[in-house]
Amino acid sequence: MALLKVTDLHVYYGVIHAIKGISFEVNEGEIVTLIGANGAGKTTTMQSVIGLIHPTSGTVEYDGKTITNMPPHKIVRMGMTQVPERRRIFSELTVAENLLMGAYTEKDKAKIKNSMDEIFELFPRLLERKNQIAGTLSGGEQQMLAMGRAMMTHPRLLMLDEPSMGLSPLLVDQVFSMIKKFHENGTTILLVEQNANKSLAISDRAYVLETGRIIMSGTGAELTESDDIKRAYLGG
Amino acid sequence: MKIIEIIISGLNIGVIYAMIALGYTMVYGIAKLLNFAHGDIIMVGGYAICVFCAMSGSRTFFFVSIVAAVIICTVLGIVVERVAYRPLRGATPIAVLITAIGISYLLQSLAQIIFGSAQRYVTVPDLGKIMIGSLGIKWSTIITLAASVIVMVSLSLFVKYSRIGRAMIAVSEDRGASQLMGINVNIIITITFAIGSALAALAGLFYLLQSPYITNTFGAMPGIKAFTAAVIGGIGSIPGAMIGSLVLGLIESICDTIVPIAPYKDAIEFSILIIILLVKPTGLLGKVRREKV
Repeated sequence: MALLKVTDLHVYYGVIHAIKGISFEVNEGEIVTLIGANGAGKTTTMQSVIGLIHPTSGTVEYDGKTITNMPPHKIVRMGMTQVPERRRIFSELTVAENLLMGAYTEKDKAKIKNSMDEIFELFPRLLERKNQIAGTLSGGEQQMLAMGRAMMTHPRLLMLDEPSMGLSPLLVDQVFSMIKKFHENGTTILLVEQNANKSLAISDRAYVLETGRIIMSGTGAELTESDDIKRAYLGG
Repeated sequence: MKIIEIIISGLNIGVIYAMIALGYTMVYGIAKLLNFAHGDIIMVGGYAICVFCAMSGSRTFFFVSIVAAVIICTVLGIVVERVAYRPLRGATPIAVLITAIGISYLLQSLAQIIFGSAQRYVTVPDLGKIMIGSLGIKWSTIITLAASVIVMVSLSLFVKYSRIGRAMIAVSEDRGASQLMGINVNIIITITFAIGSALAALAGLFYLLQSPYITNTFGAMPGIKAFTAAVIGGIGSIPGAMIGSLVLGLIESICDTIVPIAPYKDAIEFSILIIILLVKPTGLLGKVRREKV
């Protein structure tokens, strides 16, 4: 059964029809990617799924329950979380405080401590900068912090919105290997990316989004081989 | 001696402004709205004390009246947010501003209907003075200073170290990202209004200890002054509101002692606001939000 199922989703911004009836699903244990150019509607789709934007019509189901129009704080408590576009870490809080915010829904202090130790093990850089104000971190460190913050509650479904944006090639590789690691530890992943090459390589399945519609879908390997995709997104 | 008197009087005014300015600045920082009805919460607190003190002259009852004022203001703040501001979440700032002004007039008019427009005397107990050498300090001043310092320190610790406090900082910085953490923004905003209104009740009390008279516009001038203090300090910043208030209180106290300029003290204070904003548009401790991509 699909862990996340989006059916015929429409989103309007005023009169602009941003999402024109898209449907997709993510099964438990998969890595699924939505690829598409700027303005294709990737972020809007992600924000609609987690309730930050209210879709005009369509349904979002998570774990068999309809969550369309539920407030984000309730959706998050069901075990789904998101690393938002441009990371959106809390720049006035320290690294450790940011991680604590990630565990906001967890009340058990011992569990929070364990999660934090795990995150510090995965990202030793964050441990070094534990008490530093997060706004002073480099872009790459901020991305690590945003990912660590999202993993504090061990979500069942992790959504990442353009995690490679603005990072150097070396850091992009690190981000993708970290996503693979989260996946190996049992987290289902929904990824939104412009970097089609790297994301298709780690994906089980992918959807191609163009101006608010899904124009193609298939396994990561199929899409990598597709001529249209090569021409449009892979620079060949 | 004169200088110490000026400083004590300035701090006294300053901490009262701080009690009010904290409400302005926290609500602005977290809910992103200017609650111009905040000054009138002080007035409601003042009338609450007035009514409860009138019911009995005893000192113990005076403390009951303080607790009652704090509770009434807290509930009022929560209700105002719930009824007037929450439905406007996502509306244009100008709609929220007009609503705030409307609530302000509503509260003033209700007070006028209930208590009339004549000034009322509030039977707060006279706590007397303490003499330190040749310097006489009113007990009410000492209590005001001590209570305000305790409140400000506890509030700072609460914001910095409690889970809810950190959530307040998070919501003020990025509401969307806070929701992704599982924070219920509505509850955080409600708590912010509750804290701000409780502090406003204390401000009302401290005012009455200085001068025990009240009208339905009792909170208007302190509200505007405290708002000025919050802007001077950098609106949205908690330490900014405290520092801005103390600066404003000291300026007021200095103006009061220089006879020729005393009548112009309000004009002087607001001019200082304009000058500070010209030099530093974000206020003394206000920060320009930086974003790193």
